[in-house]
Amino acid sequence: MGAQLRLLRRRIKSVRSTAKITRAQELIASSRIVKAQARMAAAVPYEREITRAVTAVVSGTTSVSHPLTVEKERPAKAGVLIVTSDRGFAGGFNANLLREAEALAGLLREREVMPVPFVMGRKGIAWHSFRGRPIGASWSGFSDNPTYGHAKQIADTLIEAFKDENGIDEIHIVSTSFVSMLTQEVTVKRILPLEIEVSTEAPAGGPLPYFEFEPSADEVLDTLLPRYVESRIFNALLQSAASEHAARRRAMKSATDNANELIRVFTQQMNQARQAEITQEISEIVGGANALADAAAGKE
Amino acid sequence: MAKLRVGVVSPEREIWSGEADMVVAKTVDGEIGIMPRHAPVLGVLVEGGVLRVKRGDGGADLVAAVHGGFISVADNQVSVLAEAAELGSEVDVAAARDALERAQASVDADADDAEAALEVKRARARLRAAGEDA
Repeated sequence: MGAQLRLLRRRIKSVRSTAKITRAQELIASSRIVKAQARMAAAVPYEREITRAVTAVVSGTTSVSHPLTVEKERPAKAGVLIVTSDRGFAGGFNANLLREAEALAGLLREREVMPVPFVMGRKGIAWHSFRGRPIGASWSGFSDNPTYGHAKQIADTLIEAFKDENGIDEIHIVSTSFVSMLTQEVTVKRILPLEIEVSTEAPAGGPLPYFEFEPSADEVLDTLLPRYVESRIFNALLQSAASEHAARRRAMKSATDNANELIRVFTQQMNQARQAEITQEISEIVGGANALADAAAGKE
Repeated sequence: MAKLRVGVVSPEREIWSGEADMVVAKTVDGEIGIMPRHAPVLGVLVEGGVLRVKRGDGGADLVAAVHGGFISVADNQVSVLAEAAELGSEVDVAAARDALERAQASVDADADDAEAALEVKRARARLRAAGEDA
């Protein structure tokens, strides 16, 4: 067997095993997207209710002043929560996110605000430590299946840092939002201080009634706002998890397609090489036979 | 008589929703009973409280252990937003009793252990919701 033939056979074998792995990853990711989407849907009622409650408190009291809503006149430091994934194999998922986070950091620096990254997910942590960037805090190990406990942990750290006099003055979140199975977008949002929009339009479903508060409006706000922040972060984590699976599925699908294409090309080349070898052998035999025949004819 | 529309939700899922005659919850100010046409209220719930939803029409009461969160009432619509909640029928009694004993032991060992004290409250609420005495 020719050396070229053996080489091609070996390459086909290795590409075939790669295709098997990527195909398996694709299937796993597909099944997990469905679960992640179900979890996103399950979190909707709570989000809706807590948003309603916040709206009710804010519109029921004339002036809202709470540490979490007060905007600093001269913000010096801004926390940026970057939601990346723990594992790679997800195409441009993390690269897109980190690029956007860098853009935000640039914008903040222009405003003379020092960005402090808070990183979630092993990929983001590796990215920052490789470049020797200081990190405010980091979390990892749950990017593909976050629970409310995780969101609470993150929110607690951020709120703590926000309330601290020498801590951060605003908090932004850079995450991927799940638009559809095919589209995921990197979004940048400011979560603290909370922006209170004063709208003169009546909210959907008629004007909100005036609430009584137990024990008092201030205390309700005190417990309500951190919960609201937690819920926003939880939402971002869930969306990011679903997006991660969708990105991984897409990346693995194109990897599988690519491997199959390679196998096709290599098989063709291998057949060509084998055919060339056979043709050469035949022409050698025929040439040899002709030479023998010519020699025999010459003797006579 | 008008009925209340009740929804019990936690961040991870909707726990229960349906109609009821009366809802009894425990806020930081004390127990609050909500009946139809109640004035709009927004209350903070205690850690380790028991929520009781009286279904009426011969339906069995719905009992749930609710840990922290809010109750909001407006327009005959009652929403219970719990940080964590569990229906009485879903409580694993043996596990809750076990958790209670362990937490109680750490409280006995160290009276300042706030974490364990909270755990005791939670386990008690779960047991009460399941109809056990604790």
